[in-house]
Amino acid sequence: MSGLMERVTQKALALGVPLSVHLDLTWRCHLSCIHCYLTERNGRELTTAQLVRLLEELAECGTLFLLVSGGEVFLRPDFFEIVEAARELAFSVRVKTSGTLLDDEAARRLARLHVAGVDVSLYSHRPEVHDAVTRLEGSFARTVEAVRRLVAHGVKVRVVQVLMRMAEGEYSRVRELAAELGAEYSLDPTVTPRLDGSRSVVRLNASHAAWRKVFEDPELDARPEHCPLSPEPQEAAQTAPEWDSLPCSAGHTSCYISPSGDVYPCVQLPLALGNVTERPFREIWADSPAARRVRSIRVADLPICRSCEFLNQCSRCPGLAYLEGDLTGPSRLNCEQVFARTGRRPAPLAE
Amino acid sequence: MSELYVARHPAAAWRRLEDEVIVMAAQESWLFTLNEVAAEIWEAADGRTPLASIVRDRICEKFEVDFEQAYRDAEELLRALAERGIVLLSETPLEAGAP
Ligand code: SF4
Ligand code: SF4
Repeated sequence: MSGLMERVTQKALALGVPLSVHLDLTWRCHLSCIHCYLTERNGRELTTAQLVRLLEELAECGTLFLLVSGGEVFLRPDFFEIVEAARELAFSVRVKTSGTLLDDEAARRLARLHVAGVDVSLYSHRPEVHDAVTRLEGSFARTVEAVRRLVAHGVKVRVVQVLMRMAEGEYSRVRELAAELGAEYSLDPTVTPRLDGSRSVVRLNASHAAWRKVFEDPELDARPEHCPLSPEPQEAAQTAPEWDSLPCSAGHTSCYISPSGDVYPCVQLPLALGNVTERPFREIWADSPAARRVRSIRVADLPICRSCEFLNQCSRCPGLAYLEGDLTGPSRLNCEQVFARTGRRPAPLAE
Repeated sequence: MSELYVARHPAAAWRRLEDEVIVMAAQESWLFTLNEVAAEIWEAADGRTPLASIVRDRICEKFEVDFEQAYRDAEELLRALAERGIVLLSETPLEAGAP
């Protein structure tokens, strides 16, 4: 994180500002990715008017960074209306899409709206492997074409690869492909449980050997997709500062809002804070007991992790811990990654 | 002295955080902050209000500074920002449309 970004995040923390918000516009998607975290497909969705009102509220609360995602955002007929409203309110807007519905006109409009960037997922450089993940034949070709279109119109694109076992040896080829297309590349090493906690998809994760390789790759910053970097509280004690640190930014300077308006600390941490159709966002953010609970947790409050010798090497995600049953517990997936990286088992894996 | 008009560049994303303004130049992914005085000018930079009026109405009284000096400083800052493509400067009013 740049020094300035760090300072801005710090200030947002001190002021209680939700600097980064991830907003999912729709549950719907014409792809059926085998690892998708969404468990709902036909749920209620906020209307255009509700979304525009929500954007106004977020701007008033100080949100600057807005990630607009889904489902497939282009399945919302009002997608551009929403992005236009967001840009009029001066948000820095990133869009996440499969790109499979993005035509030349859409690329041109995104360029004209000066979005900060577009994220697209590629799971392999081999069409058949990518299509096997999305379960939509031809999706690889369409996604690659979308990247080309966006880049041609001057839109910044980031290819995001969630590392999966079936393509674990190929990430450098995906990185090369991104470079050839004129896009940035980012790798998320973890397939996470679904939002209802079901863990069937976790078996899609890469092997320990592949994890070790990506963690050791100096050119990669392997981290969870859309995970805003964490601010450190100014009042951290001098003696053992890590004990006073926040587990991450979720609920402190960032949050997630689902297509139906449920507010969570993070897309990965589905602990409901409230719904924007029932209460103004500002009140949910400031006042919900669940938000206060999340905000009260410091590393010193994590009974197992605080005395783990790997604490400083571990990117423990509170959301993963929550999905495993305990917000303050260890996340076994993160323990596994530490084991892959160091060859030594953190305590929870030794049990 | 000819009039000078200033508009925020339509590509910029920005937000006021208490006494300062955080600006993100979209494609550059370049972040910077504007201090209290610059933040006032930024918020008033609608392309239609002459810079002299902005300085007189929003800066001189609030910050108790002399007009000539404040205007020179503002112009210097805005020329630097214009060079980096963050604001648009013109001797005639600019089209609205900046967020
Ligand atoms: S390795 Fe496991 S126990 Fe250790 S800090 Fe990470 S999540 Fe906690
Ligand atoms: S809950 Fe996990 S994914 Fe979300 S911000 Fe925290 S560490 Fe990142």
